[in-house]
Amino acid sequence: MSAADVNQEHPLELESPRVSVKKPAARYDKQGDVPDAERVKRAMQNFVKDFGRTAAIYMESCIHCGMCADACHFYVTTENPKYTPIWKLEPFKQAYKREYGPFAWLYRTLNLKGKITVERLEEWQELIYDSCTVCGRCSLMCPMGIDIASLVSLARHGMAKSGLVPHELWAVAERAEKEGSPLGATPKVFKDRIEWLADDHEVEIPVDKEKADVMCTMSSIEIMKYPDSIVATARIMNHLGVDWTFRLDGYEATNFGLLSGNAEWQKDMSLKLINAAIACGAKTLVLPECGHAYGALRWSGANMYGKPLPFRVMHIAEFLAENTKSGKLKLKKLGKSVTFHDPCQIARRGGAIEAPRDVLAALGVELREMEPGKGLNWCCGGGGGVVTIHRADPIRYKVFQLKMNQIEETGAELPVTSCANCRQTFDDGQAHFKWDKKMNSLLEMVADNLEGKAA
Amino acid sequence: MDLLTFARGPGLQWAVTIFVIGVLWKLVGVILLRAKPDLSEPRNPSTWKGLRLIITRSWPRKEFLRSTAFTEVLGYTFHIGFLVALLFYLPHILFFEDVFKGVLGVNFQQVFGVQWPYFSGGVINFFGAVTVAALIAVLIHRIVSPVKRLISNFDDYFSWFVTIAPVVTGMLAYGHVGAPYQTLIAVHLLSMELLLVWFPFGKLMHAFTVFLSRGTEGMQFERKGASL
Repeated sequence: MSAADVNQEHPLELESPRVSVKKPAARYDKQGDVPDAERVKRAMQNFVKDFGRTAAIYMESCIHCGMCADACHFYVTTENPKYTPIWKLEPFKQAYKREYGPFAWLYRTLNLKGKITVERLEEWQELIYDSCTVCGRCSLMCPMGIDIASLVSLARHGMAKSGLVPHELWAVAERAEKEGSPLGATPKVFKDRIEWLADDHEVEIPVDKEKADVMCTMSSIEIMKYPDSIVATARIMNHLGVDWTFRLDGYEATNFGLLSGNAEWQKDMSLKLINAAIACGAKTLVLPECGHAYGALRWSGANMYGKPLPFRVMHIAEFLAENTKSGKLKLKKLGKSVTFHDPCQIARRGGAIEAPRDVLAALGVELREMEPGKGLNWCCGGGGGVVTIHRADPIRYKVFQLKMNQIEETGAELPVTSCANCRQTFDDGQAHFKWDKKMNSLLEMVADNLEGKAA
Repeated sequence: MDLLTFARGPGLQWAVTIFVIGVLWKLVGVILLRAKPDLSEPRNPSTWKGLRLIITRSWPRKEFLRSTAFTEVLGYTFHIGFLVALLFYLPHILFFEDVFKGVLGVNFQQVFGVQWPYFSGGVINFFGAVTVAALIAVLIHRIVSPVKRLISNFDDYFSWFVTIAPVVTGMLAYGHVGAPYQTLIAVHLLSMELLLVWFPFGKLMHAFTVFLSRGTEGMQFERKGASL
């Protein structure tokens, strides 16, 4: 499929608060021309293919207590039991018992677990994709210590292999694989934007330096919707006097291979960044304000590459925190009250919980934590690819109300986050509810308050 | 062979054999699966610290306290009640002592220097009653709660049955209610044997896997510095 075909096949909607492909006139939630029996076979085989000890231990430990429901924003806001996190895995639990568990032979011989049908998998598509942001709150609730979110990711592998990914998520993933970006931020578009931004903002933005200590990356959401983040990154790097660059062979940190469940595409997307960083001899690869990009490269990158990465991987908030703590990055005091929305993949599941707070401390803000906050903060509802799926809008808006209430209760003047996907979910929710709070980017806030920069 | 002789003899032997082999089969079957090494640079190299989750996940984080209180309290009640009745009732202890001596050739007191403590039959009967009440409440909750009802399957109901059965039959035997004592004891033994036979195949296995799953999540999350 050529780039033109991709554009025709999956036209983009870039003007709305939420960037995705346009709402499809007819949905194609089944990909490829595959007989149903083959789809089921592929789903089950690929679900269990990546099964190792960890997943098997989790599968064997569920006691059906149902507590995970109360950790899930989709259940809490709808009280529909089908959104119970562990129920989202039901067909896959059955497949595990029948095909893979230590007593699989017994289950098969006595036909104790029925075979899964394609209709059942299609029904479960909504539960695995539309109503799970893989935020991992349920994993902290589970009294057995089952990381349910990781099992949902495995289930997505099975669904992707059988061609049962929601239309939009498949479309953006295919765009990313074919032309290098899910949202049209191709190398040419990125280069043009950088030239325009460098000119417009009178800031130097190095591209394709042969050697650099630091390689910066962006998310497609930032490139297409929040280009000020590119300027902010450049301003901060230049201010610090860092030897840095963007690379056109590896700039796009968004990984829709991961979100859609397509493990091969996930690997392709990660390897682009890894190879670009190696090519320029980077000691540090800085990831943008993007939640799942952090999970994809910081925690899965080396596993995709097959060996430890020869450079450090940092989220931009970690990079900023390191430099504010060392005293290299001096910031003007903002003097406002702020509440911080923890992006799930960076904080709860990624472990970078204090870094943004260190940066906020350097900005001299009054930090008002949400309740619950930090690692138990509620998800915005748009993660895991959910924000791209049009048919998920009604339920996403429901869970967003939880988030709005949380922020309102803090009474803080400014909500801040460090994930562009959360940010666009907030922008979309704000427009939908005509809310008077606008989500801010930590990165841009830092760039706007560099010590020594003219106001 | 009468019922009691079967329950005390081959019934017990088969049940214990199935229990031991089944539990080992399942645990070994899971533990021997491949575990890909994680090549990412750990945030916290001492991942073993994550094993604390085995203890700390025994109670909910304060943020989850309200929503889980009912299930937690009931769960703790019947687990404690069941274990007290199992481990601190004199006839049970004599039975275990017998097994202990049969296997090791010495009795409990010779090894540990103290006598196995026990409660009076009345106290054990009280714990039994509390356990039965809690288990009935657990069953009602499973049926009434839309979440639990949806996610429940045969395993949940049968595991409930094999858990409550030895407690009820034990109390009946203690009270000499409903049948000749010999028959009551035989039924009590058989109900316990049913529990042992079912154990490896259903969710009762969580008595072992809980350590594995909490330990695994704990170590993996600790590695990332993720929330535990």
